Amino acid sequence: MDARILQEFRAIVGDSGLITSAEQLHTYECDGLTNFRVMPLAVLLPTSTEQVQKIVHVCHRERIPFVARGSGTGLSGGALPVANGIVISLARMNRILDVDFPNARVVVEPGVINLEVTARVSPKGYFYAPDPSSQSVCSIGGNVAENSGGAHCLKYGFTTTHVLGVEVVLPDGSLVHLGGKTLDAPGYDLSGVFVGSEGTLGVTTKVILRIVKRPECIQTLLAAFPSTREAGAAVSGIIGASIVPAAIEMMDNLAIQAAEAAVHANYPNCGGLLLVELDGPTAEVDALMEQVDEICTKCGGTEIRVAQSEAERAVFWKGRKAAFAAVGRISPNYIVQDGVIPRTALPRIMEEIERLSAEAGIKVANVFHAGDGNLHPLVLYDRRIEGQEHAAEQLALRILEMCIEAGGSITGEHGVGEEKKQMMSKMFSEPDLETMQLVRCAFDPLQLSNPSKVFPRTRLCGEKPGRYEPHPLEVAGIAERF
Amino acid sequence: MAQERSSPGGGATAVDVAWDELGGLVGAQHLRAAGPGDAVAGVAPRMVAEPGDEKELAAALRWANDAGLAVAPRGGGTKLDWGNAPARLDLVISTARLDGIVEHAWADLTVVVQAGAMIAKVQQALAQHGQRIATDPLWPERATVGGILSTNDSGALRLRFGALRDLIIGVTLALPDGTLAHSGGKVVKNVAGYDLPKLATGALGTLGVITQAAFRLHPVPPGGGRTLTFRAASFSDANRLILSMQDSPLAHTGLQARFTHDAQATVDLRFEGTAAGIEAQCATARKLAAIAVETEESTDVWQARQALWTSPDGVPLCAIAKFSVLPARIAAACEAIRRAADPGGIHWKIVVQGTGLGWIRLESPRADRVHAAISALRAEFERDAGSLFVAHRPAGMATLDAWGSPGDAFPLMLGLKNQLDPRGTLNPGRFVGGI
Repeated sequence: MDARILQEFRAIVGDSGLITSAEQLHTYECDGLTNFRVMPLAVLLPTSTEQVQKIVHVCHRERIPFVARGSGTGLSGGALPVANGIVISLARMNRILDVDFPNARVVVEPGVINLEVTARVSPKGYFYAPDPSSQSVCSIGGNVAENSGGAHCLKYGFTTTHVLGVEVVLPDGSLVHLGGKTLDAPGYDLSGVFVGSEGTLGVTTKVILRIVKRPECIQTLLAAFPSTREAGAAVSGIIGASIVPAAIEMMDNLAIQAAEAAVHANYPNCGGLLLVELDGPTAEVDALMEQVDEICTKCGGTEIRVAQSEAERAVFWKGRKAAFAAVGRISPNYIVQDGVIPRTALPRIMEEIERLSAEAGIKVANVFHAGDGNLHPLVLYDRRIEGQEHAAEQLALRILEMCIEAGGSITGEHGVGEEKKQMMSKMFSEPDLETMQLVRCAFDPLQLSNPSKVFPRTRLCGEKPGRYEPHPLEVAGIAERF
Repeated sequence: MAQERSSPGGGATAVDVAWDELGGLVGAQHLRAAGPGDAVAGVAPRMVAEPGDEKELAAALRWANDAGLAVAPRGGGTKLDWGNAPARLDLVISTARLDGIVEHAWADLTVVVQAGAMIAKVQQALAQHGQRIATDPLWPERATVGGILSTNDSGALRLRFGALRDLIIGVTLALPDGTLAHSGGKVVKNVAGYDLPKLATGALGTLGVITQAAFRLHPVPPGGGRTLTFRAASFSDANRLILSMQDSPLAHTGLQARFTHDAQATVDLRFEGTAAGIEAQCATARKLAAIAVETEESTDVWQARQALWTSPDGVPLCAIAKFSVLPARIAAACEAIRRAADPGGIHWKIVVQGTGLGWIRLESPRADRVHAAISALRAEFERDAGSLFVAHRPAGMATLDAWGSPGDAFPLMLGLKNQLDPRGTLNPGRFVGGI
């Protein structure tokens, strides 16, 4: 990198905020998706919005692409650096700026860890609802980029439901406020568009979050079934009975074994395990839990337990939340997939995955957010065995194709990032993608912010001649295009 | 017929050509000259087209765009005067014939509907499987799915189930260049690509015409619902009551306050769920509401927002506005309304939800006084991080921007408009900042 520019960056963030040495840069060459690696030119660690603005100004002037990074736990390569670009780490912007209980709002910097928000507001009985499995380490800024979900989004919604406003440094260095503390700010719902845009529209520097009052009662039921088929029938039974649980999670035998080996959650050794959590007013939860118990029994549930204490409930969840990492104990390498299907397609897709797995000789462990049809098949392989990695990749790809064919999605919560951008063409038509690119062009005409992610091809803004004509307001000099 | 063709505003030949071309796209019998009932915020269009499917709609829109005509999309026409008057208007494209339910996957708790479907009809169909789109818009028996989305209209259920932005999971948009763009999908969890369903929600049809939308559904509560109504001594008592309900673990599906210039304040609270759950929650709520007196119980109170539009004696001179403040500032906002209205003898009514979203009706024979009151209120709310949107203006009131300040993101909004509707075909001038 040009020494002059490097000097300019150093002047903005100081010596301690600039990383250029190769061994330190290695830390940033990938995120949670480790099979893609790119060395950035430099990593900058700003401590304020002003610093972020100054950095982006330089990038804009010099046409240097940048990738914003939170905790680097993403599973789709969203924070993968781009060659010839820099990484802007928001890890040092980690203050909770304002906690407003009467209005149930919290204002945070992007580097604040997800679980810290709940920790801060729990003394007054509140929590921050989105709970990705990585919540003890992932950052709010990263959650905003990916529109992160978690087990409880079945009832409470995703990050986007809980973000009321964002302060954003646009790719030209200007600062804008999208949404706000009050609802329905005049104009387009740009906060809604920004959340989940995977860092391609700008850098988040502040987030206004909504917090939720903890329900009066939370009950978690664990039920063992002979296979995922019966467990799936129980899920359908619960939804069919007009019950909206806070979460319904399913694990198959391989996933159970892995979780057991890792955290000893005392799960029964069965073919299909369900975790069903209900919350709300005690009288309501008591009545509905009885119904859930009956449905599970009727569907062939063998061992059914309701957690008797907060500690037991935590253990139930520990196994589930540790499942991804735990699979490392039973397989040297694995691919985490994140497809979505209409929930009713679950039995058919499960059978199909089983068949494909047997055909390819590649094992698949299954962990699902069963309530909303979000599958996390873990495709297990050993890189040392020739051909296995390729076979595993092919199988993972085929599973995603099945999700699309079933009317679902290629990603429920991990994002498209680097990993799935080619799959976008299978899920969306060319005009669909072109339209999304138009949105991108409004935010980032030079395509500097996390370029080469999400879309299968980059599209130069203004590529289609004749599409852009100045708005009458611009002609009249009433407004300027930024 | 020939008389209809020479509709006002265009030379007969040009109109004839336009008529034939557009008629060829949507079918001659689905194109007509506009009548007095077709005006949009007081501006009369020349033609009304009713395409039969989304392809016809996209073709008609493209034709208008190429011809340099301005288009207003229309659903049920219940909120056509929302927003500013269009700067130009030639063609209304009605979604009346796009009124089907495409797919109700009841076991997946999702529905895909065409934009012109009446919301009440959709809800009836969903109810057969004990489900609903958890939203309670104005005039549900006449309002369409596309219309409530475009105007982002929400009622009391929003407090528990979120706004339309939180319920919509997929959208198909017809763009001015004739593109039919899909985004989102029909599964409840999906982060592939940009969230255009949210962008289209509340855009007042200025970026594209919504032709189809998918929603996540909720079960209709098995035990029905129960409403408690409390009388509060003052704005601040009512506000305290609202905050204490919100700060409790109660799972109410409605919480609103009603204030008028000539009666005592009331706070309404609604529970839905199982009979046992409702009973227990009512007991808890009554304890929390010790500062207030419980009064009559009626489910009609949830019609209060819609009732702001109705007058027993014809159409009076009134303005109706939506305001947004922080929940803890509801009392302050209501005080401001009283301060702005009382000196001028303006009669006022307020219905405000626990979310901080409220609706006011200001009634006076003096439109100038109403104008002044609204301007003062908007300035005050905006200073306090809030906003005020004017939904209805009385005849004879001086022009008043419907939206207020869009903030520092306005250049970005304009940039988006330029990308998606570069010729300014869709609803020109009706949205924020003249978009």
